[in-house]
Amino acid sequence: MSNHENHTHVHRDDEAQKLGMWLFIFTELLLFGGLFLVYSIFRAQYPENFHESSLELSVTLGVINTVILLVSSMSVAIALTAVQKSNYKLAKLMLLLTVALALAFMVNKYFEWGAKFHHGLYPGSELMQLLDRGHHLYFSLYFFMTGLHALHIIIGVILLLISYVKINKGKVVSDNFMHLENAALYWHLVDLIWIFLFPLLYLIS
Amino acid sequence: MSEHTPHITPYRTLGIILLILLSLTFVTIEITSIHLGAFTVTAALLIAGFKGYLVLAYFMHLKHESTLLRVLVALVFVLFALIVVITFIDYAFRS
Repeated sequence: MSNHENHTHVHRDDEAQKLGMWLFIFTELLLFGGLFLVYSIFRAQYPENFHESSLELSVTLGVINTVILLVSSMSVAIALTAVQKSNYKLAKLMLLLTVALALAFMVNKYFEWGAKFHHGLYPGSELMQLLDRGHHLYFSLYFFMTGLHALHIIIGVILLLISYVKINKGKVVSDNFMHLENAALYWHLVDLIWIFLFPLLYLIS
Repeated sequence: MSEHTPHITPYRTLGIILLILLSLTFVTIEITSIHLGAFTVTAALLIAGFKGYLVLAYFMHLKHESTLLRVLVALVFVLFALIVVITFIDYAFRS
């Protein structure tokens, strides 16, 4: 730290900040990777049950949410490019669009889960206890994986809103944008996980 | 490293990547609607893998990151592949 007040050289290491974020992303990848592995093993063990259970999911809602996440991933990448080009107005607009898309994703998820709950299908419900082992495992994994993913969406929205405020305050600018960059990396991670969750849970049957 | 100016991904590239990702999503839906057993699963996972690569390389701009970071990311996926293979070997040879 410099003692000269007028010579404001703040020590900053963008590469280290980015590397730190990536190391955290590695732990997230392995967390979800472990769940994918559990899914694969039980799928190999109960192929019929997994097939029948996956037919219960609405592919339409899954597709809508996939499109929402892909577009939001692009909009947050545009926000970063806009900040780097000092176009803060566009950056803020794109961040708001990303947050709006995230909320749309959550509303979809609410209806999807709501329909399952309505049919008595939720973790620990009486119906779940009566199901065959394979069905039970499929829906437990479905609720756990999509639930954990939805939790990441909520965290991602909070991070993006903090970036928005920082742009507003002039703390995220074209030559200092690591907060937005790391928040965007987190958001892309959420998209990346969904890219694998969607075909595995909704499509492959 | 901080001397070198960061690479700015053009808006156009981001738009093109989104279009490819969306098209691949619909290709996956088409492929999985035809029931070809193991082939369907393999095709869907290969497409998902390619989509994942596009997100990592362009949206998360690994294409323009340091070699260190790219090797680290690759190693995480190698590690995961090893865990999957070893677990399945264990599972296959249990009596």
